[in-house]
Amino acid sequence: MERLLKKPFGVPVNMRRAYGEALTALGQSRPNVVVLSADVSNSDHSFMFEARFPERFVNVGIAEQALVDVAVGFARCGFVPIANTFAFLFATRALEQVRTHLAYGRANVKLAGAYAGLSDSFDGPTHQSINDLAVMRSLPNMTVVAPADPVALDALLPQMCDMDGPVFFRLCRNEVPVVFDQSYRPMLGRAMLLREGGDLTLIACGVMVAPALEAAESLAAQGIQARVVEMHTLKPLDTEMIARCAEETGALVTVEEHSIIGGLGGAVAEALAAARPAPLERVGIRDQFTESGPYPDLLRKYGLAAPDIVQAAQTALRRKEDGRR
Amino acid sequence: MSNNITPATVYPYGPRHTPEMIADLSRRAFEYRLQVLDMVYERQSGHLGGSFSVAEILTALYFHHLRVNPQDPAWPERDRLLFSKGHACPMLYTVLAHRGFFPVEELKTFRALDSRLQGHPEPQKTPGVEIPAGPLGHGVAIACGMALAAVMKKAAYRVFVVLGDGELNAGVIWEGALIAAKYRLDAIKVILDCNGVQQTGSTAAVMPTEPLADKWKAFGWHVLECHGHNVAQVLDALDAADELHGRPAVIIAHTTKGKGVSFMENDPVWHGTPPNAEQYRAARAELLEGANRWSVC
Ligand SMILES: Cc1ncc(C[n+]2csc(CCOP(=O)(O)OP(=O)(O)O)c2C)c(N)n1
Ligand SMILES: [Mg+2]
Repeated sequence: MERLLKKPFGVPVNMRRAYGEALTALGQSRPNVVVLSADVSNSDHSFMFEARFPERFVNVGIAEQALVDVAVGFARCGFVPIANTFAFLFATRALEQVRTHLAYGRANVKLAGAYAGLSDSFDGPTHQSINDLAVMRSLPNMTVVAPADPVALDALLPQMCDMDGPVFFRLCRNEVPVVFDQSYRPMLGRAMLLREGGDLTLIACGVMVAPALEAAESLAAQGIQARVVEMHTLKPLDTEMIARCAEETGALVTVEEHSIIGGLGGAVAEALAAARPAPLERVGIRDQFTESGPYPDLLRKYGLAAPDIVQAAQTALRRKEDGRR
Repeated sequence: MSNNITPATVYPYGPRHTPEMIADLSRRAFEYRLQVLDMVYERQSGHLGGSFSVAEILTALYFHHLRVNPQDPAWPERDRLLFSKGHACPMLYTVLAHRGFFPVEELKTFRALDSRLQGHPEPQKTPGVEIPAGPLGHGVAIACGMALAAVMKKAAYRVFVVLGDGELNAGVIWEGALIAAKYRLDAIKVILDCNGVQQTGSTAAVMPTEPLADKWKAFGWHVLECHGHNVAQVLDALDAADELHGRPAVIIAHTTKGKGVSFMENDPVWHGTPPNAEQYRAARAELLEGANRWSVC
C-alpha cells in the first residue's frame, strides 16, 4: 500500500518555487491560462510565469478585491484566470468578491492562496493564515484543495485548472519533503489511502501529510497500526472514505496546519456526525492566534509536530476503547 | 394594472439620432418607469429612486448603442453592460425584457419565489444579465478583466459599466480605475448615474466625492459630462466616448434620483421604500403625464 510514497522522503523542495514551475508548465500547455498577482509575484512566485508569458500576466497592484474582480472579468470572457496573493487576503479582504462572483456567480476563477498556515512564520499572525480553509469551505460551489508536496502540486494544479468552477488552491512558503513517488495519481474529490492500518485513522491534508506519516511510523513502533489518509480535497469532501475509516478503524485523528475549527477537522467531524459517529481528535491550531518565529518552532509550539499527532492518536484510541467498555 | 407600452423599436447603431428616435426613446423611458413602479408596488419591495434615474441611460444603451443579440445572449462578440448598481435592477430587467431577452410578462415575477428575476441581478437566472451585482463596487474591476481579455483575444467588444454615485465610496472602484488606466483599457466606458443621492442622504452629506470630474481625470481617465435624462445628450455622449482612445472613459451623467415623480425626486426615502396605494396612484399619474409629453412630436 505504501507504493505511493517515496521512501525515505525526498530532499525538501521549496513549495513556492515548485508552484512557480508548475504554473509556468501550465501556461505552456494551456494558452487560455492568464495569471494575476497583486504586487506580491516575487512572494507567490507567479513571477516565474510572468517571465515566460508576460503578455498573459497582470499585476493589479496592492488591490486584492480588484484582483479577484479582474479575474472574474477574464473568466467571463473565456479565460482561465489564476489569481495569486496571500491566502489570508483571499479569505478576508477579498472575501465578498469571492463569495459573490466565484461562489454565487460560479466564475471559473482559480485562487492560489500563497503563504497559508504558519508558513509565513516570521511575518507573524497578521500574515499567517489559519482560517482560510474554514472560510472557503463554507461557500457553496467552491472546490478547496491543499496539495501535500510538489508531486501533489504538479498533479493537482492541472486538474483544478481544467475543471469548470472556482477553486481555492492552498499553498505555502516553506520547504516540504517530497512525500510521493511518481505512481501517485490523485483525483480531485477522492481521498488517498497512503498507509493501511486497523487501529485508527490519521486524516491529514497539505504539508501535514508528511508528519502524519512519521507519526504512523512511531505508532507502529508502539504496536499501534494507524491508517493514513490524505485528504487533498477538502471540498467536495470524500465522505465515503471517512465513513469507511470510521467503520473499519473506529477512531480518527485529523491533522492540518489550520485552526481546528472549520477546516479538515471540522469537515471530518461533520461527516462523522452525519454518517457514523466515532471518537475524533483534531490536531491543529487551537482557536488562537500564533506568533512570529522560525517555522519548525512554531509548529512545535502550537502542537503541529509528529509527537502531537502521536499523542492525539493515543487519546483517540483510549476513547475508542472506553467506548467499548 | 396594465400599461400600454409602445412596442420597442431598436435603432441601428450609428451616429444619426433623428428627432423621432429621440422622442420615442424618451417616451419609452417613462413607460419603463411605469412598469418598474408596478413591479415594486406589486411586490412591495424594490428600489425605485435609482431605477428612475437610470431610465434614459439604459434605454439609450439597449435600444441604440449596445451591440447585443437577445437571441444569443452569450454571443462572444457582444458589448458587455455591467450593471454595477445592481439594486436598480427593476429598470435593467424592464429594459432587457422589452429588448427581447425574456418575456415582458415575466417582469411581474420580480422578487417572487421561483422567479428568474432575483432581488439583485443573477446572470445564471436572467438572460442578458452579465454579472451578479448588489454588493456595490465591482463593475470597474470586472470590466478591466473583460477589457484585458478583449485585448488578448483581439476582440472588438466594448465594456460599459453603469455606476451609482454613492457606489463611488467603495475603494475597489478606484482600484479598478487605476488598473484600467494602467493598461489603457479604452474599451471601457463607464456611465456614472450621478443623481446626488445614496441610501441615507445626499452624496454631499454621506460622503463628499466632488470634484468628481477632476478625480477621474487625475486617475487617468477621459471625462465627459451630459444631462442624463436628455436622451439626445446621452446618445451624443456615448458616441463621443467611442471616439476617445488610449484611455478609459467615464461619462458623468447628471440625473435626478426618483426622476419623473415629483415627491420622490431627490428624497433618499425613495431609495428603497415601496409606495402605498395612494402614492402609487399619484406616481402613476405623473409618469403617464411624463410619457405623454413625448407623444406630441
Ligand atoms: C458594498 C455595499 N454596501 C452597502 C450596500 C447597501 N446599499 C444598497 S444601494 C446603496 C446606495 C447606493 O447609492 P448610489 O450608488 O448613489 O445608487 P443610486 O443612487 O443610483 O440608487 C447602499 C448603501 C450595498 N448594496 N453594497
Ligand atoms: Mg446615487
